[in-house]
Amino acid sequence: MFMLKLIFRNVFRHKLRSTLTVVGVAVAILAFGLLRTLVGLWYLGVESSSSTRLVTRNAISLVFSLPLSYKERIRQVPGVTGIGAMNWFGGVYISEKNFFPNFAIEAEPFFDLYPEFRLTDEEKKSFLRDRQGAIVGRKLAKKYGWKVGDRVVLKGTIFPGQWEFTVRGIYKGAQRSTDETQFFFSWDYLNETMRRTVPRRADQIGIYVVGVANPERAAEISENIDILFKNSLAETMTETEKAFQLSFVAMTEAIMVAIQIVSYVVIVIIMVVAANTMAMTARERISEYATMKSLGFKWLHIATVIAGESLFIALLGGAVGVGLTFPFSGIIERELSQFFPVFRVELLTTFMQIMAAVVVGTVAAIFPVWRGSTITIADGLRRIG
Amino acid sequence: MSEREIAVRMSGVCKSYQRGSQNVPVLEDINFEIASGEFLALMGPSGSGKSTLLNLLAGIDKADSGIITVGNCNITSLDDSELADWRAANVGFIFQFYNLIPVLTAFENIELPLLLTGLTRRERREHVLAALEVVSLTDRMDHRPSQLSGGQQQRVAIARAIITDPAILVADEPTGDLDRVSAGEIMDLMDHMVSDFGKTIIMVTHDPRAAEKAHVVRHLEKGILMES
Ligand SMILES: Nc1ncnc2c1ncn2[C@@H]1O[C@H](COP(=O)(O)OP(=O)(O)O)[C@@H](O)[C@H]1O
Ligand SMILES: [Mg+2]
Repeated sequence: MFMLKLIFRNVFRHKLRSTLTVVGVAVAILAFGLLRTLVGLWYLGVESSSSTRLVTRNAISLVFSLPLSYKERIRQVPGVTGIGAMNWFGGVYISEKNFFPNFAIEAEPFFDLYPEFRLTDEEKKSFLRDRQGAIVGRKLAKKYGWKVGDRVVLKGTIFPGQWEFTVRGIYKGAQRSTDETQFFFSWDYLNETMRRTVPRRADQIGIYVVGVANPERAAEISENIDILFKNSLAETMTETEKAFQLSFVAMTEAIMVAIQIVSYVVIVIIMVVAANTMAMTARERISEYATMKSLGFKWLHIATVIAGESLFIALLGGAVGVGLTFPFSGIIERELSQFFPVFRVELLTTFMQIMAAVVVGTVAAIFPVWRGSTITIADGLRRIG
Repeated sequence: MSEREIAVRMSGVCKSYQRGSQNVPVLEDINFEIASGEFLALMGPSGSGKSTLLNLLAGIDKADSGIITVGNCNITSLDDSELADWRAANVGFIFQFYNLIPVLTAFENIELPLLLTGLTRRERREHVLAALEVVSLTDRMDHRPSQLSGGQQQRVAIARAIITDPAILVADEPTGDLDRVSAGEIMDLMDHMVSDFGKTIIMVTHDPRAAEKAHVVRHLEKGILMES
């Protein structure tokens, strides 16, 4: 009790210094938490991609398409439960600023291939009925104020022209991690339009989304698909959706690794700053520690007083940092929803933030504790007299 | 002296400090005794080793050789931890610059050594109040050191030194930082400790007035104790 009182009073001895240190730790812990959440979400996004979906693309590059004739042959491969042609549309809504992913996908297999998109039967039916229908994610619809029945025009970039759609359904994600910012429309609409306007670009498929019943057989099925088209004009490359997304974002992964490193660097920096402050503080109090020792207090008492102060400051900063992480992630989720569909702080992140604060407090205390507990009383007392 | 109990005995004590590669002798073959209940003043020029000698017999520094016996304990044979326990029970310290903990009140500063004892909160409080009475600072017990004068701070330090009822008090220039009046009060208190509480005091001082109160005055010159 008395020790706690002494620690507490020591903390508030230099109010400005302690406040600045607490603020520094709080900001570092906040940054650490947000960066880790960002990285975690990115990996979660990759992980949440379905393992019951394969993606077949042109083996040379995504830029090259696949013939329509492949569809039926892939469907014949044992273990395949469904297949749908898909093209990255790359349309722009009003202006380039409004980025969201939009795809043309075959309407009939769409709902079976993507069971994580929750839609009413009504919505599904009306989408299948309307060639120019579109299915949009809940967040996307909310952002632009779209309702079922609204007309939406996208300007084609890869496929020229003004493309008109009617929103037929707004999907909700089955999980929190499901991306609710995507836009899908019927691949037939795209293909028929191309047939009329640029016939040589018709019947070209960007990728086939292939459904499989058993994810454990994904590798084998992928191989069997690719064997079918060996030595053909357009050889294929089939992989799980996850692997596909990973290869897509190899660059981004490097950035994620960099962000991860930065998140630790932030902690190391505040650790050094806090250690310096604590060393300064302990140096000023060395004669007090020597006095306590002369009264019979032992190194463990002194270490408790010093480490207690350091941990108190670090944990206070940590608590403030953790506390700020939630409102801040809320702001990010609201303001940057097109980049981070869900910006939720994981329990593990909070735990790591607290651990980081403990580590900062502990490391900052090491040198002062060592000094304070090893200095001889005669030397310590000499510092003032 | 032989019929009285011996409080402190030093025999053949040597102490030197390492300064760079050089070995600087500070105390050379110190032999002396202090009887129990005696008030001894140690004088001598600055740098002669007075503080070092005091630190040795108070168990806060270690001799290179020789034997120091306090009460009936050979403190040169104790390790650091044992020495700490021994100090807590047997020695009270009074410093030139009071050495109070700035964030603690007078009451809490006096209470500090009692935390190492098994006393309850209530018992501690009673002891502290009694000690405050002795140094006439009951009305200042909630003040921090910075709110007290030098003389008052030194009285708090004296209360802290006697709170565990040690047999020996060591004081290193206790009046060195005080004006005449305050110094006089402190010396009266020290006198009171010896005559009414039976303490043994070893006091380093430069102040001849302070030394007057002592029963014995010894001089230290360049590490050698002069015959009185
Ligand atoms: N820790 C130390 N390291 C090196 N030299 C010291 C140390 N402590 C004391 N000395 C030296 O020992 C001598 C005696 O010091 P001290 O006992 O403090 O003298 P006094 O109290 O009589 O003024 C001085 O020359 C001082 O510089
Ligand atoms: Mg001295």
